[in-house]
Amino acid sequence: MSQVAHGDVGAWEKTSRWVNRRRKWVFAAPAMIFVALLLVFPVVWTLYLSFTNSKGSVRAPFDFTGFENYFTVLTDTERFWPAVGRTAYFTGGALVFEVILGIAIALLLWKPFKGERLVRVAILLPLVATPVAVGMMWRLIFEPNIGFANEFLSWFGIPAQPWLSSPDTALSTLVFVDVWQWTPMVTLIILAGLTALPEEPDEAARVDGANWWQRLWYVTLPLLAPTITAAVVLRGIDALKTFDILYATKGKGGGSFHEVETLNIYAYGLSFDYNRYGQASTVLILFFLMIIGLIWILSLRKKAANK
Amino acid sequence: MKHRVALKAAALAVGVLTVGALAGCTTSGGEASDVVRVTLANHVWTDLIKEKIPEFEEQTGLTVELTQLGEDQLSDQYNVKLNAGTDEIDVMMYRPLQEGKLFAQNGYLAELDDRIDAASDWDWSDFQAGPAEATTYEDTVVGVPLVTESEVLYYRTDLLEQAGLEVPTTLAELENAAKLVSEANPGVAGFIARTGRSAAVTQFSSYLFSFGGDFSEQGTAAVNSPEAVEAYEYYGGMIHKYGPQNVSTDMNWAEASAIFAQGQAAFYTDASSLYQNLALPENSTVSDKLGYAPFPEGPAGSKPYSIPAWALGLNSGSGNQDNGWKFIEWATSFDTVLATQEAGVPGARTSVWDDPAGTSSFPAALAAAIQANAQNGVGYDRPLVVNVAEAREIVGDPIVVGITGGDVPAAAETAEQKFQAFLDDENQ
Repeated sequence: MSQVAHGDVGAWEKTSRWVNRRRKWVFAAPAMIFVALLLVFPVVWTLYLSFTNSKGSVRAPFDFTGFENYFTVLTDTERFWPAVGRTAYFTGGALVFEVILGIAIALLLWKPFKGERLVRVAILLPLVATPVAVGMMWRLIFEPNIGFANEFLSWFGIPAQPWLSSPDTALSTLVFVDVWQWTPMVTLIILAGLTALPEEPDEAARVDGANWWQRLWYVTLPLLAPTITAAVVLRGIDALKTFDILYATKGKGGGSFHEVETLNIYAYGLSFDYNRYGQASTVLILFFLMIIGLIWILSLRKKAANK
Repeated sequence: MKHRVALKAAALAVGVLTVGALAGCTTSGGEASDVVRVTLANHVWTDLIKEKIPEFEEQTGLTVELTQLGEDQLSDQYNVKLNAGTDEIDVMMYRPLQEGKLFAQNGYLAELDDRIDAASDWDWSDFQAGPAEATTYEDTVVGVPLVTESEVLYYRTDLLEQAGLEVPTTLAELENAAKLVSEANPGVAGFIARTGRSAAVTQFSSYLFSFGGDFSEQGTAAVNSPEAVEAYEYYGGMIHKYGPQNVSTDMNWAEASAIFAQGQAAFYTDASSLYQNLALPENSTVSDKLGYAPFPEGPAGSKPYSIPAWALGLNSGSGNQDNGWKFIEWATSFDTVLATQEAGVPGARTSVWDDPAGTSSFPAALAAAIQANAQNGVGYDRPLVVNVAEAREIVGDPIVVGITGGDVPAAAETAEQKFQAFLDDENQ
C-alpha cells in the first residue's frame, strides 16, 4: 500500500520536476501550438503546393513538379510582372501621400484649438468605414455618367473624367481612395508621437531664433523619425496586402484589362477563378518573400540609422 | 512550496486547455437530419421559392436552412467548402455551363440516376433536351435544370416610333437603327450591352453564332476565324460607336440593364430572364415603353443561345442526400415550376411551356421572342470546357478591345493562340 503510494508520489515528483525544468516551454506551449496550427502550417502547406501542379480540386491527385511553377511565374511578363509593378505603384503612391498628408494633418491638430474634438472625430471617420462599403461608395461617386465626381468637375467647367472606368486612370483613382481612407491612421500614429515629444529641444531652438520651418525640419521631424518609420512600416505592409477596395470596385481580375490587378488580386484569381492552386501558391510565396525582403531592408536601414 | 503548488496547478490548467482546444477542432460527421441545408443564388427564382418553402416544410415535416449568396460569392463558397469536402451543404444551386463540368469532374455532385428512376411521377423525360444535357456528365445525371434563358433584344418603343423605324430583324438593321436613334437623341445611347471581359462573353456568344462563328471547333480554337473577328468587331463597335460616353469596361448585367432601365439607351441585348428588371415600374423608368424582339439575324441567321442558367444538385459529401433530394424533387415538380414560371421565371419543363398558364404571365412579345429563340437556339453560351472562368477571360479579350476602339483582329489572333494553348493544356 505504502509502496504504491510511494510510487505515485515518485511519478508526480518526476513530472513536476520535468515541468519545472522546462517551465518556459510548457507555459508557452498553447500559444506555440496555436501559432503552429494557424500560421506555420498554412505557410508550409502553401510552400509545398507551390512545387506541385495541383489544380481543379485540392483533393484531386497532383504531382511534384519542382521549380516549374516558379519558372512559369517569374517569366510571365503578361500578368505576374505587371502585377508586381502595380502593387509597387499602389503601395508607393499611397504611402507617399498618406505619410505627407498624415504628418501635415497631425501638425495641424497638435496644438489645442476650439472644436478640436469634433475635427478629430470627423477626420477619423473614413478609418472606421468598412472597406467594401467604401469601395461601393466611391464606385458610385466615380461613375462616369451619373456620378458626383464628374458633376462636381462640371461646376468648374472641367470635362468629365473616366476615373475607375478607364484602364489608364483606374489604379491612380484607387490610390486616391486608399489615401482618403488610411491617412487618418497615419495621422493618429504621428499625433501620438508628437504628444510624446519633449518640449525642451523645441524651446531651445526657439531661443536660438529658429523660425517655424527650421524648428519643424531640424528639430521636430528628426525627433519624430522613429514614429514615422513605424507608421511607414505598418501602413506599407497593409497597403501591399490591399484587396478589398480593389476587388469591390473592379471585381475579379482587376478589371477587363487587369488594370488594377495587384499580386493579391492575381493570386486570388489564380486560385478561385482558375483553380490553379499550385501556381497561385507560387505567386503567394514570391509575394511573401518580397514583403519579408522589404521589411528586412527597412530594419537594416533602421539599425544603420540608430548607429 | 506554495509557489510549487501554484506552478503545478497552472501547468495542469494549460494542459487541459490545450487538449480541449484540440478536441474542439474535430467536427461532427454528416448524418441524415431533418434539417435540409440549401444554398441558393441571388435570383428572382430564389425570391419566389423562398415564399413557397413553408409549403414544403409542412408537406414533409423537414426544416429548410437557407443560405443565399451573390453569383461570385456563391462560386467562392463552393470552391472553398466543396474543396474541403464539406458536409454542410445538402442542396446546391449551380450554373451547369459555368461550373457543371468542373464540379462533376471533381466529384462534388452526387449521381442522381437511381433517384430519377425511382421518381417516375416526377418525370425526368419532361425536361427540355438541351438543359437536361447540360446537367448530365458522362451519361450520368448530376443536376436538375431550374431556370432557362436565351438572349433577346430589348428596345424602346417610343424612340423607335419617333425615328419612324421598324423593329430590327437583322444585325445590320440594328446597327442602322442604333445610329439613327443616338444621332436624333443626344444623351441617349443607341445601344448597350455587357462590357466586362468575362461577363460579356455569354451575351456575345449569340452574335458569334449568328455571324457563323464559334469559340472552338472540334477541340481547336476558332476565335480568329473571319466570322468570329466580324462578330467581335460588330459587338465592340456597337458599344464603341453608339454606346454611352465614357463607357466602363467592367459592366455586368446589373450595370448594363440599369443604363437601359434609366432611359439612357435605345437597344439592349441580354438574357430573357432579366426582363423584370426592365418591365416592372419599381425597377425601371421605361417600363411602359419597353419592347421585346427575338435575337436579330446575322449572316448565318438568328442563332441566340438558349440554355439552362441554373440547376439544383446534391452535394456528394452530404450525409443527408435523401432529404436533399426531397427538396429538389419538390422544387422542380410540375406544380412548383408552373408556379414560378407563372410568376415570370422561365423553367425547363416541356409540359409547363405547353400549358397556357405557363406562358400567361410573360408579355406576349417576350413569350413569342423566347419561343422563337428556343427554335433557333444554341445550347451553350460560353466555351464548353472545365475551367470556364479562365476560358471566358481569354475569349472575352477582343470584346473589350473592340469596345475601347482597339485593334480587334490582332486581339483575336492573340486570343486564338492563348485559347489553343488553354485547350491543349486542358485536354492533356
